Order: sequence, then C-alpha cells, then structure tokens
Amino acid sequence: MAKVLRRERLVPNIHLLEVHAPEVARKCRPGQFVIVMSDERGERIPLTIADWDAKRGSVTSIFMLVGTSTQKLSLLKAGDDLPVYVGPLGRPSDIQNFGTVVCAGGCFGIAAIYPIARALKKAGNRVLTLIDVKASYLFYWEDKLKKVSDRLFVSARDSRYDSKEYIPYKLDSLLKEEKKVDRVVAIGCTYLMYRCAEATRPAGVKTMVSLNPIMVDGTGMCGACRVSADGKTKFACVDGPDFDGHTIDWPELFARRKSYFDDEVKSLCAFERERFS
Amino acid sequence: MTEKLEISAELKERLKAGYDKEWRKELRKSLPVKERMKIPRQKMPEREPEKRNRDFGEVNKGLDVEAAVLEARRCWDCANPGCVSGCPVSIDIPSFIKLIEKRDLVASIRKIKETNSLPAICGRVCPQETQCEIVCNLRKATGVPVAIGNLERFISDFERWEGQVFLPEIPPSTGSRVAVIGAGPAGLTVAGELAKKGHRVTIFEALHIAGGVLVYGIPEFRLPKAILKAEVDYLQKLGVELRMSFVVGKTATLEDLKKDGYDAFFIGTGAGLPNFMRIPGENLVGVYSANEYLTRVNLMRAYEFPFYDTPVVRGKRAAVIGGGNVAMDSVRTAKRLGAELAAIIYRRSRQEMPAREEEVKHAEEEGIEFHLLTTPLRYFGDDKGRVKAMECLRMELGEPDSSGRRKPVPIPGSEFITEVDLVVVAIGQSPNPLMAQTTPELRVGKWGNLEVDWKTMATGIPGVFAGGDIVRGGATVILAMGDGRLAAAEMDRYLKNGQR
Repeated sequence: MAKVLRRERLVPNIHLLEVHAPEVARKCRPGQFVIVMSDERGERIPLTIADWDAKRGSVTSIFMLVGTSTQKLSLLKAGDDLPVYVGPLGRPSDIQNFGTVVCAGGCFGIAAIYPIARALKKAGNRVLTLIDVKASYLFYWEDKLKKVSDRLFVSARDSRYDSKEYIPYKLDSLLKEEKKVDRVVAIGCTYLMYRCAEATRPAGVKTMVSLNPIMVDGTGMCGACRVSADGKTKFACVDGPDFDGHTIDWPELFARRKSYFDDEVKSLCAFERERFS
Repeated sequence: MTEKLEISAELKERLKAGYDKEWRKELRKSLPVKERMKIPRQKMPEREPEKRNRDFGEVNKGLDVEAAVLEARRCWDCANPGCVSGCPVSIDIPSFIKLIEKRDLVASIRKIKETNSLPAICGRVCPQETQCEIVCNLRKATGVPVAIGNLERFISDFERWEGQVFLPEIPPSTGSRVAVIGAGPAGLTVAGELAKKGHRVTIFEALHIAGGVLVYGIPEFRLPKAILKAEVDYLQKLGVELRMSFVVGKTATLEDLKKDGYDAFFIGTGAGLPNFMRIPGENLVGVYSANEYLTRVNLMRAYEFPFYDTPVVRGKRAAVIGGGNVAMDSVRTAKRLGAELAAIIYRRSRQEMPAREEEVKHAEEEGIEFHLLTTPLRYFGDDKGRVKAMECLRMELGEPDSSGRRKPVPIPGSEFITEVDLVVVAIGQSPNPLMAQTTPELRVGKWGNLEVDWKTMATGIPGVFAGGDIVRGGATVILAMGDGRLAAAEMDRYLKNGQR
C-alpha cells in the first residue's frame, strides 16, 4: 500500500501523481520506473519516475490519460491508497559527461526527460532540450526544464513557441547546426522515439530511447515487455527501459503495444458503464 | 523418479514413538492386513469434464469423511514404513493416517503441521505418485498405494472447514530477525518454521499477493486462491510479517537489509525467467511465455475481464509448447477461456512427458489434443503482427540422450503448417537473475542458479541461505518446501550459535 500525496491535472489529458514511497524515493535514479495498480481489480502498468524527494519520501510520475488504468489513476485524490506501487525498476539511464547532449521529449516524456536532463547537466554536459507539443497549452514544467537546459526549444503546432515543425525535423536540423552532438536521449510516445532515432541514424549519433512496451510484473518474470534489439530478444523491464534506438525493431514494438487495442476499448466501455450507471 | 531420501535419526525416533503407542497397537490388531488389502483405493471425486472445462472451479472435489477413513484403513501401519522416505518435508505419514482411521481428525492435522505448514497446498499439487506413494509398501505388494496425498488434502480441508485452525505454541522471542526474500513455497516454508522457533520473520515479496508460483502459476481449478490465502493467513497468525511490492535488489539490496538489522536471510526468488525457443515469429502478438499467460489469468484474473482490467488473448486455436505441468495448466486454461482447439505440442512421446499423470489424464478428459513428437519451427503473423499460423516438424525417437530419455530426431520433409491464434511457450523457466545481479558476492552456477552447500542450503555469504527454484531451476513445489525446511533448521542453528 502506498498513499497518494497529490494528483493533479497539469494540462488537458496529462496528470501528475505524487506518492508517498520512501523506499523508492531513497533508491531511484533517472530513467527508472515504478509499476502501479490503481485498485484491487486494476492492471499493473509502468510509469516513468519524473521526480522524487528522498527527504519527503515522495515519488512523482506524469501520465497521459489513455485507457481504463490511467482513467482510474486520474480519479485518485490525496490520501487514497494504491494497492501496488513497486520500484524503482529497470536500469537507470547512462549518465556521463558526453559533451553535448540533446534531450527530446513529448507528452508524458516532457516530464520523464526532466530527471535525465538534470543529471546530464550535473555531470557537466551541455544540455539542449527539445520539447514537442501538439498545442502550446499542452506544455508544462517549462520552469523546471529551463533550469536544467542550456537551451530549451519548444515546438507547438499552433506556433506560439519557437516553431511548429515536428520535433524530429528540428533534431535533424540541429544536428547540422551544431558542431558536435555527442548523444541524443528521446522519451515520449513510441512514434516520437522512432522518428527521433530515424533522424539521427544517418549521422550515426547514438540515440537512447526509453521504451514503453506493455508490462505485467516488471521484474523479468513474464516476458510481456520483450523487444528486439540488434535481432536479440530483450526484456525492457530488466534489460531496459533504455535502449539504443538504432537497434530496435520498431514495427514489432508498435504491434506489441497494440496487442490489446480492442480489449482496451471494451474495458473502457465497461468502466464507464460502471462509473456512470 | 524421485530419489529415496535418507531417514534422519530425529524422524526415526518420531516414527517409533508413534508406532509404539497403545492405541496404534490396538488399531493394528482391530483389522487384519488381509482385510485391509480387500479395501479398494478410494477414488477422488472429480467434477464432470464437460462442465469443468468451461469454468475455473476446482476439478477435484476431495474425499468425504467416510471415504477418508476407509482409505486410511488400507494402510498397514508398517513397522518400517516406506512412505516417509519419499517425503521431502519428513511428515510422520503413518501417524496422521492412523489418526484419521481413529477419527481423531484434530490430532491428525496437528501431526502433519508439526513438519509441514502448508498441507492444503501439498495435498493438491505434490506429485505424491513419485514421492511418498511410490515407496508405499502397499504399492510394492499390490501396485496400488495408499492415497496419501488425497488424505493429506482431506485432513487440511477438514481443518479449514471446521474454522478452528490450530496454532502451535510459539516460544518467547529469540530477538533474531530473519528476512525471507520471495513468498513462494520455499520462502513460506522457511518463514513458518522459523516463526515457530521464536524468530521474527519478514517476507519480502515483489508481487502484490503472496504465494509465488502458487498464485501466479498454478490455476484456480487446481489450487483455489482461497486455500492459499488461508495458508498465508496461518503464517501471519504465527507472527510472520509480509512486505508486499518490495523487490529485494531494487527497492533495497541485501546489504541495505543487513543494515536495517536483519540477522539471517533466505533467498527463494524462484525460476522467474521464462525460456523461449528463439525461433522466428516468437515475438508476434498472441505468443506468450507460460509465465505471462498464467500470470495474466491467475494473478491478474484476466478470466474475469473486463470486470478485472487485465486482458488476455482468447484464442480459438491454441497451441501450448511443452509437456510439463506448466504446459498442462496453460492448455487447460486456454480451453476454459473458449479455445475450440487446445493442443499440446511436445517433441518427445507421451512416455517422456514430465507432467503428472493426473494432470495429463484430466487434460485428456477435458478434450485437450496431444500432438506428440512434434516441434514448432516458426510462427507466421498477419498484417497486424498477430500470430495466425505455425510451422511444425515431426520427430521420431532415437538413442537415449544425457537425461536417459530417448532423443527426438527430426523426420526430414515432415514439416506442416497449421492455423493458430494463441501460442503459449511452456518449455521451462530459469532462475530469476535479479538477486545475483545486485548481490555480486553470491556464487552463480552455469544455469544462472545460486550455488549452495546442499547439506545446509548455505550460500557463500555467512547467514545467507537459498532454496527452491533459484537453486534448482524449474523443479517442484514440494522440493522447494523441502529446501525451505532444511534451510530453516540450519538458519535456526546459525542464529542460536550467536553468529551475529
């Protein structure tokens, strides 16, 4: 059991969940995740850790409303109990002084990239942060990201920010502008990570992506989260979640993420019937 | 077949004390052996195959009192009982059976619980036919052993129905703290044994329900969750503390726990790493490891989807690869979830199949198809990446291999393709690597298993013991419990010698 300290909507469809989990807060490092179950009948789903406070014993994740599980999480209030909140799971991100690093994030990844950017900055890197949002009102955590970035570049389709082009295009032009980019880290929806990896492939700049396949236990026991990297099957929960984006079998990952598309719709309908009847 | 275990001096003494009791002598005299041999083995009542293969209710219904007493009468109460040499947890089998015959059911369950904290589980999932029953003297004489497993199940069910679970007297606290890592059969056994000795035990479990493979692996129709819960409740009544959703190695390392004041450790983290065949198409949607398939259905209750949120692919044509108990559990689960065709694909013949005879029999009755001497070569997917067909190859048996079983040899040109929309790979599990990765001092064998001194279950680190599938690879529940019992005795000695 873990207590919810705070749950709030940051922007439409994206929520923040802060949970009292002192052991997780004591151990976690950038790039790791927790497995959460909203209620006794819920599903176990992974959420990337976006921030933590060891003193307060709290851990923060950001999630986007998609299916039943995230719907249920979005209805939590401070003081509610979560039956499952386990972590920190997965291997931490590789943090070193690489030189110049581009951090690209979109949707929940805007928050998920934050602790990695912070750690990379602290390790002495020049951090260039690229943020992608569908519309300017969907941007959040601007202050936090500014503090840890040497440059913050935001792309929104309504062009209220720096540009309106999809961020992988910007990544492509950035690689040409900059004298040297030593590494790229991309977190967000699978498509964004895929496109970022493709953008850097010609120049051969190492691009780490934080994969988000479906998981169950999160400790390597079930193999639900298998992904192919360099032709070998890996478990994202224990071998990842970070992988070199140039080695990933993306079509397979897209298909596996959609494994239960019809069931997700069915589940959501059942949940709404139950909730509103 | 099982190895015959050595009977310890302690067990010999216990057996003799029971054997020499006056009432036992009288009971032996009350019915001559010849008469006892006339009683047929009492059949385990089962639910009808056509009904049970559509739901998750338990298949076996259990003996009633009269049948149990009759079955107990079949036991000769031998002076030199064979059965006890087949039991990894050293139950005084003749005593508990004779107490059933005497209709002193309360004393009977207490007798079992002297050395086994989880009898309702053992009575259901132990392979008695290769353990206690294979060395039963009645079997040697007639070929039909006393139904020891069914009696164990009966007596533990009786206690639960009565609602008065007996709690042994717990000695005053020793002040020692023990951390048990993993709430599976090995860990639960260690916890129960050490709590009974007065140590303070905490179990750390990664999942949210205790039981390990008993909860995520073995289906409801074979081991109802309510029974497991009752056994875990019993441990809690003995004073065992449970810390759920705690991954040792991640949430805290063994070293952290040492600093938190734990004096001794037991690692029972199980065979939580599924094996795959590494053939093309294994990552298609609809191809599962048995661990994932069973976890979704058992732990997460996907069979009650969408009431429970976790879904699982419900195939019409299901193929389960493998011939062990996990394969049987998987294929029977697929049938219950609506598969019109649910088939076992196994590369050897029926004779080499490692599954329990009872499971194979139940599967056959429920309409499971067996494709023996067959192995998959590849899976084919549709445009959405979902499995739609598999290519298989027929085999024939050749010379015996290193395991003593005849080796399957491919028959050239026998490839064929068949449509499937659900595949479960149940070809075994390897030890879970998480503990070893985060505790570098642990010695790891070539299969990823932890290495221990088999006489004490001690690892190379003082005060750290291990047992069950993490040292054995994929074995059985009862062997894990046997390891747990041995480790607990050694841990008790370690703690009492003041090595802390």
